Amino acid sequence: MTILTRRQALITGLAGSGLLLTGCSKIFQADALNESMSFQRVLAAAQAWTRDTQRFLLAGGQLAQEFKPSDISPYFKPNGTYRPGGADYARHVAEGFVNWRLRLDGLVTHPLSLSIADLRRLPARSQITRHDCVEGWSAIGGWTGVPLALLLRAAGLRAGARYVVFYCADNLGGEALKGGDQSPGLYYESIGLVDAVHPQTIIAYGMNGKPLDVPHGAPLRLRVERQLGYKQAKYIRHIQVVSDFRSIDGGHGGYWEDRGYDWYAGI
Amino acid sequence: MPTAPTEAVSATAPSGARRRREVIRRHSWPVRLTHWVNALTIFIMVGSGLNILNTHPRLYWGQAGANFDKAFLAFRPWPDWLILPSYTDLADARHWHFFFAWVLVANGALYLAWSLASRHIQRDLWPTASDLRAIPRSIVDHIRLRHPKGEAAKRYNILQRLAYLGLLALVAGMVLTGLCMSPGFDAFAPWLVIVMGGRQSARTLHFLFACAIVLFITVHVIEVILAGPINELRSMITGRYAVPGEHD
Repeated sequence: MTILTRRQALITGLAGSGLLLTGCSKIFQADALNESMSFQRVLAAAQAWTRDTQRFLLAGGQLAQEFKPSDISPYFKPNGTYRPGGADYARHVAEGFVNWRLRLDGLVTHPLSLSIADLRRLPARSQITRHDCVEGWSAIGGWTGVPLALLLRAAGLRAGARYVVFYCADNLGGEALKGGDQSPGLYYESIGLVDAVHPQTIIAYGMNGKPLDVPHGAPLRLRVERQLGYKQAKYIRHIQVVSDFRSIDGGHGGYWEDRGYDWYAGI
Repeated sequence: MPTAPTEAVSATAPSGARRRREVIRRHSWPVRLTHWVNALTIFIMVGSGLNILNTHPRLYWGQAGANFDKAFLAFRPWPDWLILPSYTDLADARHWHFFFAWVLVANGALYLAWSLASRHIQRDLWPTASDLRAIPRSIVDHIRLRHPKGEAAKRYNILQRLAYLGLLALVAGMVLTGLCMSPGFDAFAPWLVIVMGGRQSARTLHFLFACAIVLFITVHVIEVILAGPINELRSMITGRYAVPGEHD
């Protein structure tokens, strides 16, 4: 067997590792695979494994960790829409949202239409939680709002109710950095009943002791702790209880879901 | 397995040549299988991980951290040739990363279960007292690129043992810090996030552990080449390893 000299071996080793790294995507034909629908279906299988595993681990309805007021981030990064466009939203801002109505309908026995003042009269929950963006960053904020479970109980769920859909007032243009189809569209989100009735799932009207401001979703936003930031729909106008979301917009249950992100955002 | 009994003595040398080289079965099939699955998976995890990192290439210490907070480490985006897929796409890179995370965990569980049951870890990896005493000498041998011969080559040397055990710890650390980035998992085990120093610390550690794994792979590949790449590769593919003679 030929014995390489030390220098040859070192050079070959470094060159070899370099080549391996250089060709990372090429070796695996990663881009071609990434564009193959059947390969994407294989990858998608893992979403169900992750969702079902987390559903199993969280069967006890565990709460997301709550923090002390001193932990609150000095600046809570707003993301997505900072200020919805259109004369309609601008008028609501000018009026201090006194004429904003939250509609709750769909598979319920008593559809509701509530003003911000109505919501403020209902029992509230306050929580200081960590907001985890899919991009990787986190910020800690304090939220006050009405538990969604309370609203759903008041409205009364009808047979077949499985998901709660949130329709928002912002038309998000997408961000090129995130790839995928960056078509603009009205923001919307959906969650399952398991998360909808969780005690920390609230329709928040207050943040850090003040009314929710425009960059963070005024006048109403969803807080569904235990899931990523894109689930936390802002500028909510309409809540709908449905049995299935496949016929809504892109059919994947949310603005970013229609652009390739996972519906279950616990990871 | 380094201590497996000699299986065959052959490796025919040309007639008249001096000695025959002893061939042993060095690696068992579960070690070989899980080694190659792992090798493939780690490349995919590093590539897709860097792709994910590119969306927000800043790392923080503590529970929270975003653009306006002080970064622990901040990078420019990693180049296209290093990421997988080769263009920054958070949604797709996450799909790759989380699918192969399951592959990594399943493969790792198979390896651990087999290695503990067969006593591979206890016998071949866990250092003995005499191994530990040999650390200084082994360091000198490695620096001088002198590799064990004969009987000594049939077992892992102490630096190999520590490196392989260290790799096991690093992979476990990768899995745990990875889980700590999941808000769903965090509600299940908030104590683990606190142990890691917070969610953003876990994210930072996830990156640093990955760097340590890349360093391991680099040294590992260099050592394989120095020790005789054909023999070493064959032993990890077929299991058969020609023991370097005392005079080679």
